[in-house]
Amino acid sequence: MNISVFVGSSIAYICLLFGIAYFSEKRAKKGKSLVANPYIYALSLAVFCTAWTFYGSVGKASRSGLGFLPIYFGPTFFAPLWIIVLRKMILISKSQRITSIADFISSRYGKSAFLGVLVTIIAFLGIIPYISLQLKAIADSFNILAFSTTTLQSGNTEGSSFLYSNAFFTALTLALFTIMFGTRNLEPNERHEGLVVAMAFESIVKLIAFLAVGIFVTYGMYNGFGDLFTKAAANPQTAKLLTLNEGTSPSEWFWLSIVSLSAVILLPRQFHIGIVENANPNFVTKAMWLFPLYLLIINIFVLPIALAGILQFGHNTAIHPDSYVLELPILYGQNVLALFVFIGGLSAATSMVIVETTALSIMLSNHIIMPPLVSMFARRDNQNVGDFTKWVIIARRITIFLILMLAYSYMRTIASNRELVSIGLVSFVAVMQFAPSVFIGLFWKRATKSGAIAGLLAGFFIWLITLPLPTLAEYNILSTSIITEGYFSIWWLKPFALFGLEDFDHISHAAFWSMFFNIGFYFGVSIYTKQSKLEASQADLFVNIYKYINAGAEVEVLRREAKMDDLLFLMNRFLGEDRTRILLKTFEEENNVNLSKITIANAELINYVETILAGALGASSARIILVSVVKEDPISLDEMLELLDQTQEIIISNRKLEQTTQQLQAANQQLKELDRLKADFITTVTHELRTPMTSIRALSKILKDNKNISEEKRETFLNIVVDETERITRLVNQVLDIEKFQSNTNNWRDEQINLTDLIKSAFTGFVPAFQEKNIKNELILPEMPLFFQGDSDRIMQVVVNLLSNALKFTPTEGGHIVVRLYQKNDTIFLKVSDNGIGIAKEKQEMIFERFTQINNPKMGKPQGSGLGLFITKQIVNHYGGKISVERPIGEGTTFIIQLPATIPKLNF
Amino acid sequence: MNINNKQKKSSKILLVDDEPNILIALEFLFENEGYTVQKALDGHQALEKAASFQPNIIVLDVMMPGLDGFEVARRLRHIDGFENTQIIFLTAKGTPQDKLKGYDSGGEIYITKPFDNDELLHTINEIVEFS
Repeated sequence: MNISVFVGSSIAYICLLFGIAYFSEKRAKKGKSLVANPYIYALSLAVFCTAWTFYGSVGKASRSGLGFLPIYFGPTFFAPLWIIVLRKMILISKSQRITSIADFISSRYGKSAFLGVLVTIIAFLGIIPYISLQLKAIADSFNILAFSTTTLQSGNTEGSSFLYSNAFFTALTLALFTIMFGTRNLEPNERHEGLVVAMAFESIVKLIAFLAVGIFVTYGMYNGFGDLFTKAAANPQTAKLLTLNEGTSPSEWFWLSIVSLSAVILLPRQFHIGIVENANPNFVTKAMWLFPLYLLIINIFVLPIALAGILQFGHNTAIHPDSYVLELPILYGQNVLALFVFIGGLSAATSMVIVETTALSIMLSNHIIMPPLVSMFARRDNQNVGDFTKWVIIARRITIFLILMLAYSYMRTIASNRELVSIGLVSFVAVMQFAPSVFIGLFWKRATKSGAIAGLLAGFFIWLITLPLPTLAEYNILSTSIITEGYFSIWWLKPFALFGLEDFDHISHAAFWSMFFNIGFYFGVSIYTKQSKLEASQADLFVNIYKYINAGAEVEVLRREAKMDDLLFLMNRFLGEDRTRILLKTFEEENNVNLSKITIANAELINYVETILAGALGASSARIILVSVVKEDPISLDEMLELLDQTQEIIISNRKLEQTTQQLQAANQQLKELDRLKADFITTVTHELRTPMTSIRALSKILKDNKNISEEKRETFLNIVVDETERITRLVNQVLDIEKFQSNTNNWRDEQINLTDLIKSAFTGFVPAFQEKNIKNELILPEMPLFFQGDSDRIMQVVVNLLSNALKFTPTEGGHIVVRLYQKNDTIFLKVSDNGIGIAKEKQEMIFERFTQINNPKMGKPQGSGLGLFITKQIVNHYGGKISVERPIGEGTTFIIQLPATIPKLNF
Repeated sequence: MNINNKQKKSSKILLVDDEPNILIALEFLFENEGYTVQKALDGHQALEKAASFQPNIIVLDVMMPGLDGFEVARRLRHIDGFENTQIIFLTAKGTPQDKLKGYDSGGEIYITKPFDNDELLHTINEIVEFS
């Protein structure tokens, strides 16, 4: 294929990538962030899948069948735990403004500068080969496209020199690109929106490219999975790959899973994308299943491509299995597909290189380059240094450049002949050394700085002697005798068989022994060493992060103060004058203070400045900067514990107080409401009493003053006086009734009532009154007697109230009253219907309230207290029943009482 | 205090209350004293009767269904010919706020139930004398 086509395509692709990053950063500035999206987050996490996945998985599968899978098993099985582990790490990092894995470990163990350096060195040494692997992959794929079938494995000089030169240019281009992406300006918190969106885009490209070649191989070259697997089973070379155990022992499965599950979080680039760039801790819940799904999809066609590759190129050793993905389309003349696959591989490699290099450069500059520079800059007499942020950016750019050049030289000397997978795994085991300090340190408060250092050093040492050093021996840089006879010719120091452990493969062997010593020293040393105060407070901050987030306040460990002038000087120097002004203004607004009047900065302001500086330069550098101006007065452990307790207590008692206040307010509200009801009740009752009293008083006085009043008038007046007296008596009785069952319903009798009999006797009592008013009356009772459990006096009261209401509102001529009792399912119905004046719809709800009376101009004012239906309703409700009113067609009213039927107690 | 019967007979009193028994007592009391009396059982009836009867004095209950006494007074004050009609509230509501509300709506005198017959008569007689 024409070189200019794919070189042009790669450049176009990278420009597109940069365009996407630029566009999304512009959008973010307008407040329409693309990163605030869990899908983008999950996709960007797929930066885990590098050229190693893209090319190397097929290579590994062609040798060991499903042996490529453990690297994806580990992360998949671990993903459900992200909600506990990853989310906690994100919350901690956000609250502490942590910018890298080195910063995280350093912060956890008392902001130890040494730990920051150690982690950076381990990561740096561990990752360089991994980056060079990506360069190699890009260079290899260039070569394959350029020479159609490569001859690079056979040592063709033209091929290799081309390989090296294009690898060099690749490294240069990527360095440039990473510098543009990651260090255009110094971002607070090290967040780069454009980078994240570009990485998410790359994840889509590599996935589609890989699926495209997979589909081509499976369905274009063969007739689907069935056909391919049948043909593979028939070929002895591929048949053995179809069994699970081929080439991969159980211990290898186990250790590779463990190694990769820690890598998926602890690799500097994974930490950067998953934690530092995370926009919302809750995205983890979606990423938890989306990320494993991505891994599953991208792995579907690995085995088919490997099988097809062996079937096609099985005897041609010039074609390396790592390049089957590219060679198969070329073999079938599918140049466009090959180009697309090449772009896919390019995206896999570039995404890894860009993020990894950015993350490493942050670590290198914050933990190794900055600390000495920072203490120099912090001195006031050093006047001619200008804006510090400029220097940080320059340092970052230089480190990026250096990292890629180192990776390039590593590739030239060592990596060019090794398989992609084995190089990657060496890096995985290196970052696995961080696992105890990070994961155990998240939950075990007692872990000390010394423990973490001891564990890391031990693990790192074992890694060094079991993986990179023997590699150097294999290339004759060191004597090969160390592999065969052991270091210093000691038999139990053989790098691949430490202490005589010979059954493991190299990676599992290194992982096992490094973890053994790492964890052992971590616990052992932690138990026998003490934490400093800062360590203890940082440990508490990490382990109990939820407590701090909920409390919203930090417990101060140190009494700190600084001259405001000094603090301002440092801020101006390290953050620039504009940002300093904005930050101080924010602080003033948030804390409601005026800093211009302050000469001595308090701990709160110092902490604020420290977290800002930590976001820009890392925790340990920030500490170094502040140490020069801040007077620290450490609080003794006892004092601190007391402070912690007090804060806890205050928080708890505040919460309790708040609850109590709320309860009191609610109770008060209720009391007020009750009070109002009671006052209303009393007003109404007195009013109701005054009315009959008025008639009685006026009329009796008239009778007293007018001795010669007519007999007829005297009779009328005396009757009224008697009636009104009765009215008062009734009212008083009913008020007492209400009082009685509002205060106590306990003394109501609980007896079995024959409802049928009760209603019959109540009705019979009313019959004379009905006849007097010429009212037609009917009583319809069920054939079988109905029983109810309750107080018969109360039920009688209900029935009498309804009957007397009916009597009251039914006209003298043509009146008609019907009473029905029946049971339907589990409910007893009592219906009292009359053809009286009826009740307007809007009043139907009201009539059950106290002192509501229905007046009818035609009939004058009814006699009654207005309490009858209220009492009736209270009784019915007490028995779990319902009372309602219904207006049948025509005039009249029907009251319906529903009571839950109780099973009669039969006495035989 | 010399009010002759003629003066009384020419004075018309409208009694408004939703309690028929109270109306019976009031009617006897004022007729016995020589006044011309008419009765109304609620607010609307009161307004109708006032228009046809043109009373000099209205004895008005406050708590009535429909239009209450205050509302009746307020409406009357807006009708021509009732500017000088004396309104006496007769009510079971006796708090100071209630009284104030009564004066605001145009009533002159506020008597609480239950009332003293002599006191009520005395008040009405005084009004007639000085009007």
